[in-house]
Amino acid sequence: MKTSHSFDEIFKFQGKAKSWSLIMIAVGVIGAIFSFVVFGGERTFANLLLMGYYFTCVCICGIFFCAVQYVAQAGWSASILRIPQAFGKTLPIAAAILLAIILGGLFITHTGLNEYGKQTTLPYLYKAWALKGITTPGSVNYDAVITKKSGFLNIPFFLIRIIFYLVSYAILGRLLIKYSENEDALGGMFNYKKSFNVSVIFLVIFGFTVPLFAFDTIMSLEAHWFSTMFGWYNFAALWVGGLSVITYTLIRLRENGYVQWVTEDHLHNLGQLMFGFSIFWTYLWFAQFLLTWYANIPDEASYFYLRWVPEFKPWFWLNIIINFLTPLLVLMSRDSKRAVKVLKTACVILICGHWLDYWQMIMPGAVGPQSAWYTEIGIPEITIFIGFVGLFVFTTMSALSTFKSLVPRKHPFLEESLHHHI
Amino acid sequence: MSKTKYILGLFADPDEMMHGIDLLQKNSVPIYDVFTPMPIHGIERKLGIKDSRLGYAAFMFGCLGGTTIFSMAYYMLVHDWPMNIGGKPAFAIPDFVPITFEWTVLFTAFGMTLTFFYATHLFPGRTPRVMDLRATDDRFVIAIDAKGNTPHEDITKILKEAGAVEVKHNDRKYVSYE
Repeated sequence: MKTSHSFDEIFKFQGKAKSWSLIMIAVGVIGAIFSFVVFGGERTFANLLLMGYYFTCVCICGIFFCAVQYVAQAGWSASILRIPQAFGKTLPIAAAILLAIILGGLFITHTGLNEYGKQTTLPYLYKAWALKGITTPGSVNYDAVITKKSGFLNIPFFLIRIIFYLVSYAILGRLLIKYSENEDALGGMFNYKKSFNVSVIFLVIFGFTVPLFAFDTIMSLEAHWFSTMFGWYNFAALWVGGLSVITYTLIRLRENGYVQWVTEDHLHNLGQLMFGFSIFWTYLWFAQFLLTWYANIPDEASYFYLRWVPEFKPWFWLNIIINFLTPLLVLMSRDSKRAVKVLKTACVILICGHWLDYWQMIMPGAVGPQSAWYTEIGIPEITIFIGFVGLFVFTTMSALSTFKSLVPRKHPFLEESLHHHI
Repeated sequence: MSKTKYILGLFADPDEMMHGIDLLQKNSVPIYDVFTPMPIHGIERKLGIKDSRLGYAAFMFGCLGGTTIFSMAYYMLVHDWPMNIGGKPAFAIPDFVPITFEWTVLFTAFGMTLTFFYATHLFPGRTPRVMDLRATDDRFVIAIDAKGNTPHEDITKILKEAGAVEVKHNDRKYVSYE
């Protein structure tokens, strides 16, 4: 076992990775414009919201990962913290993009049919509650149910909330990264203790607001329906998706000659988390499904009814197969978590799987069925996905290259992490 | 001929014990087993111990539990006495999922416990097999089968050299049967 490593290496973001990420961004931009013209603004905006939300969630997950490690006083993860920190550093960019998409979706309008089949002016996103006149009795768009919800679900308060969540996550994430960098410069326990305190504050705020973040951004697309499970279900998706991206990034960096101190033991731990929280995700998915199915109240069942039309049903089941059966069968054994290639494949499957998960949360309500199930995922979905992957790689890898070292070299638990063994 | 059955090297420090394992291996002395009061990271790989197969047992018990309750629920609620509950079909698979999950976990937990007891010869009421009582307290013990491992003085010397605080030449394998 190698016991000494050079921590002076700085990650350089250049060459193939950089050019490919820029090409992917270009594909995404062209794809989005093309989709807007050919496939319509509604589908394009829904896809942008999907990827903006996914991007933001992965960045939030970076901060959440660090905070959990600090609060648990975990030693094993000390040497890999820079990767989630780089995600956290990117959160302001991701949040700005998500906010721009939401603002565009709310305020750019087109004419179309409202839910009573009457011609009216519709926003591209959140047409279920952000229509003009939806709370005015006598208006063509008047909706009594939404009017009762409008004390909470109105555009100014909605935007205030979204901004509050994202700004508070970003500031606390920023502090965590700042303390970690100070620790590298100064040493000692002082910054570690401050990181611990900030992590506790972050987890309290995050714990209370992350379900609301999911309610606002995603669940309000179908504002008539509600589920108290939805927030935690989205949290599980955020955590599994984020862990898969962290693990995948780590494996790719390791393959390219960086972070050589990361062993199968660290990857094994990440694999365990991915496996465990995939089961947790399934548990929440099923809890939401079983109660709705069993009670069969029209208000609640409408959500699954929409997803059981022929255009969505294959994807609905595929979602469960990918996100439950794959981790269950692939990641259960110890050997497969330690086989880097298997783990890498599982990461890719789960990253795509949680894209599909978000997709089937958003599309049936925001866009509705297309002509057939196989045309549901087409050029807009694929190009915008590619574009955001490129954007994610470009922004997070640029953030990673700003760190002076790829390891928090004066982290008090660093030695424990370097000798991690399970 | 010597009556010694097992030679035990007692260490006060886990690092010295690991050093002792290294020295014995370097001198081609086969180690029978090592007993420590706490888990030592990396010791399985060093001693070349095979991976535990407890996981396979757990998986099989889980399958058994899931199958048992699913068949039971099917027999009771679909075959033998179908009931109309809320207008749902008699064979309502989603309803069967929670109980199937619970029994899978239950059988896995009990099955693993029993397998562990069986494999380690532990059972309530049975005297445990212990080669040195302080291995459960504050001593890290390397046990060497004395038969065929001669001369014993050399082994004692290696253990002392590695930092053993005490070396025992035991005539009996287990000291716990009094």
